[in-house]
Amino acid sequence: MDEPRIGVFVCHCGRNIGAYVDVPEVVEYVKGLPNVVHAEHNLYTCSEEGISAIKKGIQEYSLNRVIVASCTPRTHEPLFRSACEAAGLNKYLFEFVNIRDQCSWVHMNEPEKATEKAKDLIRMGVAKARLLEPLEEVEIKVAPSALVIGGGVVGMSAALNLAQQGFDVHLVEKQSQLGGILRNVHKLYPTNEEATKLTNPIAEKVENHSKIKTYLSSKVKEVAGFIGNFDVTVDQDGKESKFNVGTIIVAIGAQELKPIGQYGYGEMPDVLTQLELEERMKNGEAVGKNVVMINCVGARVPERTYCSRICCMNAIKNAFLIKESNPGAKVWILHRDLMTYGVDFENYYRGAMERGVRFIRYSLERPPEVIGNGKVEKIRVYHELRKTELELSCDMLVLTTPLIPREDNQGISKMLRVSLDEFGFLLEAHLKLRPVEFAMDGIYICGSAKWPTDVSEGISQAYAAASKAAGPLRTGYVRPEAITSSVNEDICSGCGTCVSLCPFEAMELVPKDGKRVAQVTVAQCKGCGVCGAACPSGAVTMNHFRNEEIMAQLEAPWYNEAFVESKGGVIGEPG
Amino acid sequence: MNRDDFEPVIIGFCCNWCAYAAADLAGTSRMQYPANLRTVRVMCSGRVSDMLIFKAFAAGADGVLVAGCHPGDCHYMKGNLSTSRRFVAMKPFLGAVGIQPERLRLEWIGASEGPKFAETVRSFTETVRGLGPSPLNRRRNGL
Repeated sequence: MDEPRIGVFVCHCGRNIGAYVDVPEVVEYVKGLPNVVHAEHNLYTCSEEGISAIKKGIQEYSLNRVIVASCTPRTHEPLFRSACEAAGLNKYLFEFVNIRDQCSWVHMNEPEKATEKAKDLIRMGVAKARLLEPLEEVEIKVAPSALVIGGGVVGMSAALNLAQQGFDVHLVEKQSQLGGILRNVHKLYPTNEEATKLTNPIAEKVENHSKIKTYLSSKVKEVAGFIGNFDVTVDQDGKESKFNVGTIIVAIGAQELKPIGQYGYGEMPDVLTQLELEERMKNGEAVGKNVVMINCVGARVPERTYCSRICCMNAIKNAFLIKESNPGAKVWILHRDLMTYGVDFENYYRGAMERGVRFIRYSLERPPEVIGNGKVEKIRVYHELRKTELELSCDMLVLTTPLIPREDNQGISKMLRVSLDEFGFLLEAHLKLRPVEFAMDGIYICGSAKWPTDVSEGISQAYAAASKAAGPLRTGYVRPEAITSSVNEDICSGCGTCVSLCPFEAMELVPKDGKRVAQVTVAQCKGCGVCGAACPSGAVTMNHFRNEEIMAQLEAPWYNEAFVESKGGVIGEPG
Repeated sequence: MNRDDFEPVIIGFCCNWCAYAAADLAGTSRMQYPANLRTVRVMCSGRVSDMLIFKAFAAGADGVLVAGCHPGDCHYMKGNLSTSRRFVAMKPFLGAVGIQPERLRLEWIGASEGPKFAETVRSFTETVRGLGPSPLNRRRNGL
């Protein structure tokens, strides 16, 4: 590798950095660091002007390393990397230094300290950049077909969308019928249309589409491989089918919490969940004349802190429908807060009030009580706003419970090597920037398996996931990030520690020259570096985060003249 | 060195997905914390080997913070479990070689926990300030 020639571009970000960090002083300082051949400051390095300054700098000063000191790599690294690439520099020779989000913005009252810190951080960046190595991305072929797991309205929408784009789709549903949880739902808010009127035509289209092969009463038994080349085994009543797909969409939905033991559920008749109420209404069975609904049963409580967000509207809808079919019925909704956040939802809520649905706010500290001997007679509730206790006659108690993750999530997580969140829902790669992708390349997520969603949100996510999943199918190849491990086979002792620790099964032991050595399947490696950290022989290198690079960063904060001298004039060499 | 004007240098290993994101969020929310942290971004806290932790101390860090995703919330499913296992052995080891174990801290900080990140830096900086310069702090040794 040639002698490093580093260019450093320090961004003012308007006043965001410039008002708290003395940028010109930092630039002057940086110019004196080893191997830095060019340093400049830009008003906005991410602007057209800043990007062309980077490209020009690479040409003019023959830069072979580029550092931008500005915001955060989490948002802007791709932009600066592509500027380097456009100027003919391998994008892995770019290093990001965060002097805004983690410096100027958090030390606004200490400009001198912020300036010193910015210098330190850039010095650490320079120390690492000197040791950066170019990396090459491998090209992986993608099979032009997809697997969709889950045949609810979300899974069906994703499958149809992919099929309409011309790709072969394998749709796997564990029940004997398509339709998912909506088969048990009576009507949908805010249109009050019957759920089956929505799902049946979609199911029909799916069943008749020549590009979709549907597996009912089936489970995905095994998935091996990686993006472009997943080997899938489906078990249909003991009969196995095997096929190969390029990408996978997970749409396995969620389930309603059954609040056993709460408010007499499971002990008294006529205490039911919203979904059980829907079943009765759908079958035309009688519902009570004095109906009380309690919201947030088992939700937003210490053991399950999240808001399931769709249940308020669902409760309001069922209350609305009861009043619509029997205006003489009394319906109360006891709630803690109300989530009526969507298009037309607030109007729907008003409509329910106008029809006579009564809303009473209770608090977690004083929850409602059920009064009755063997059956519900009254509900005692402390009216949080009026500060009085009320007793409501009640012949049917409906408990509004949250959607909870399906038990299948555990198995799916293990099989597909995708993450779960703290509640057991499937976890997307990034909450804001990659909402329908998993961290694992080529696998996508939509619907309530990720987080409770209503039908229109679920379908939107299905289309988003389908369009993401179609991308690699259409281009026919992918180039995954080159930040992966590699193994020095000469010093690998074949102990297998990395194999047991790798979360993605990317490491395996293979025979080589009479011994066993670890081997990385690059397409499967996600670059966490756990293998490298644990390797007792130091045989595994985590590229772009190599020991040498990180150790150089660790040395850099103590850079001073005396130290440089003691080290023979170099900073950041591993000591 | 006078303890009153001792400004500790703290190395913070932050995983890209949670702790580093939380640090960004603390910035976006303009939360203020002491300027003693020098962050090293890693993709996963599981990348932070015993060797790197010790290297940070050997280089002169007065404190080392390793911050990753909450257990069960790891971008790499179980990388952070390697981290927590590592700490079980690392703390007594530090004590045995004369570095107070309180100079090493492990925190789980989710991507949405900007306030927790800021508070962690505040309290850890105070802890380390109270301990004084690390025995391996180069400036203390006149370098």
